[in-house]
Amino acid sequence: MTATSAAVEAVWRIESGRLVAALARITEDFVAAEDLAQDALEIALKQWPRDGIPDHPASWLMATAKHVAADQYRRQVNLNRKLAIIARQQSTTGSAESDPMADVDENLDVAVQDDLLRLIFTACHPILSIDSQVALTLRTLGGLQTKEIARAFLTSEATIGQRISRAKRTLTGMGLRFELPPAEDLPARLNAVLGVVYLVFNEGYSATSGDHWTRPALCQDALRLGRMLAALQPEQPEAHGLLALMELQASRLAARTGTAGEPVLLADQDHRRWDQLLIRRGLASLHRAEELGGGPYTVQAAIAACHATAKSVEDTDWRRVAALYTVLAHIAPSPVVHLNRAVAVGMAEGPERGLQLADQLQDEPSLAGYPQLPAVRATFLQQLGHLEQARAEFERAAARTDNAGERRLYLEQAQSIGQV
Amino acid sequence: MRYLILLKATSTPTSPPSPELMAAIAALGEDAKSAGVLLDTQGLHPSSAGSRVRLAQGQLTAADGPFTESKELISYALYDVRSKEDAVEWTNRFLKLHRDLWPGWEGEADVLKVFGPEDFAPPANEGGTA
Repeated sequence: MTATSAAVEAVWRIESGRLVAALARITEDFVAAEDLAQDALEIALKQWPRDGIPDHPASWLMATAKHVAADQYRRQVNLNRKLAIIARQQSTTGSAESDPMADVDENLDVAVQDDLLRLIFTACHPILSIDSQVALTLRTLGGLQTKEIARAFLTSEATIGQRISRAKRTLTGMGLRFELPPAEDLPARLNAVLGVVYLVFNEGYSATSGDHWTRPALCQDALRLGRMLAALQPEQPEAHGLLALMELQASRLAARTGTAGEPVLLADQDHRRWDQLLIRRGLASLHRAEELGGGPYTVQAAIAACHATAKSVEDTDWRRVAALYTVLAHIAPSPVVHLNRAVAVGMAEGPERGLQLADQLQDEPSLAGYPQLPAVRATFLQQLGHLEQARAEFERAAARTDNAGERRLYLEQAQSIGQV
Repeated sequence: MRYLILLKATSTPTSPPSPELMAAIAALGEDAKSAGVLLDTQGLHPSSAGSRVRLAQGQLTAADGPFTESKELISYALYDVRSKEDAVEWTNRFLKLHRDLWPGWEGEADVLKVFGPEDFAPPANEGGTA
């Protein structure tokens, strides 16, 4: 039975992570493992469409990667022998080297979980740039090829290729061992991994530009990685917290874009289009995260859950949302969190109080170009009857955004005030 | 994207499925769950435990199973994967277990795409960043 390259790629997506992880355990070298895995994939892409997908593709890929390794090793030995001839003229000592690939472990399932964890901690090593961490994670754990990552990030294959080779050079240069971070570093390193996965999610979630089809796909890639992480680190509250947050946010993917591609605000979304399966999954993960003690992602997921379970904006438990933002402002403070808190407090206690909190952020340098600040102020000003000021603020918000859909939305809001 | 996989048996041996098959199916399910792709799966009772409600020529009828004229549905699975080929590959693995561990069993699985956000996405180049 012949196979399409799409079918080969599908097998690859399933096997890539475990294959690279197992090879890295054997070679104790992430970069060598990744290279060998990619070589095996290239051979598969040539052979399988012709001969069909083997019955046990995982074993086939592993055997092929080991074959490539042995081959390279022998060539290196040959090169070494030539060098050795020169060396022998100066010294008579020399030892026959054995093939380290001869007795490698055949069993892919041995300690797979640990290998996968080592893999993700290496791909998300803080010494690498964030862009490289993202590319390396999607390539090794997600099993995406360079061209697929490039398509998802609306960039060129060459750019992604460079990020990956730069990352590999860095990893080789620092001589990193393929191991788990020491226990004392684990929370911080796990946090970095979660950050990479959430970045992938947000790249898909917040963008409304370019090829729309690939954007939800990127959210779903991040979701699968998040599910994988929660399975690998079931005792870590924030692995479940991030997963809950992503499942809950993804439940609104279909509802948050209108038929012409325009963004639809939470308040205007058709709740019937929210994905109830993802909401249920998100709530279950949130429950698990809270049982384990939570953290910033868990609190954000709890906020998302308030929205997901409310029948309407009016029905939302804004006091709880505001309280959760107050918690978040303490454990993970940021100007955006304070702004969101202002919105929630405004909804719970009235626009005057909301505006007061938003006004306190007016001089915040990191919000200087942030369209949501004037947009939030505009909403509260409008509710308080300061229509002229509200219109000016919506226009300011429109001027600050690069996103055409968002700009149109703010301008419409400004215009609707004029019609009052 | 999501795929619903419906497994039907066309020929079932008289011997019951072996514990090895059940263990292998469970292990494959765990694999797919850990990979973040398997959202839900359950086995189904024979149609003799179910009922079929029909609308024809304006008449509603309900008839208890078994549905003799159609193949028996065995199970369903809901996958969240990157492409149709991924769903097909997971299904291949499931059927291979039956081939290897339950000789004589024959069946077929329909791999059906579920509507998702990508189906409601507007055409590219509209509403995008200027």
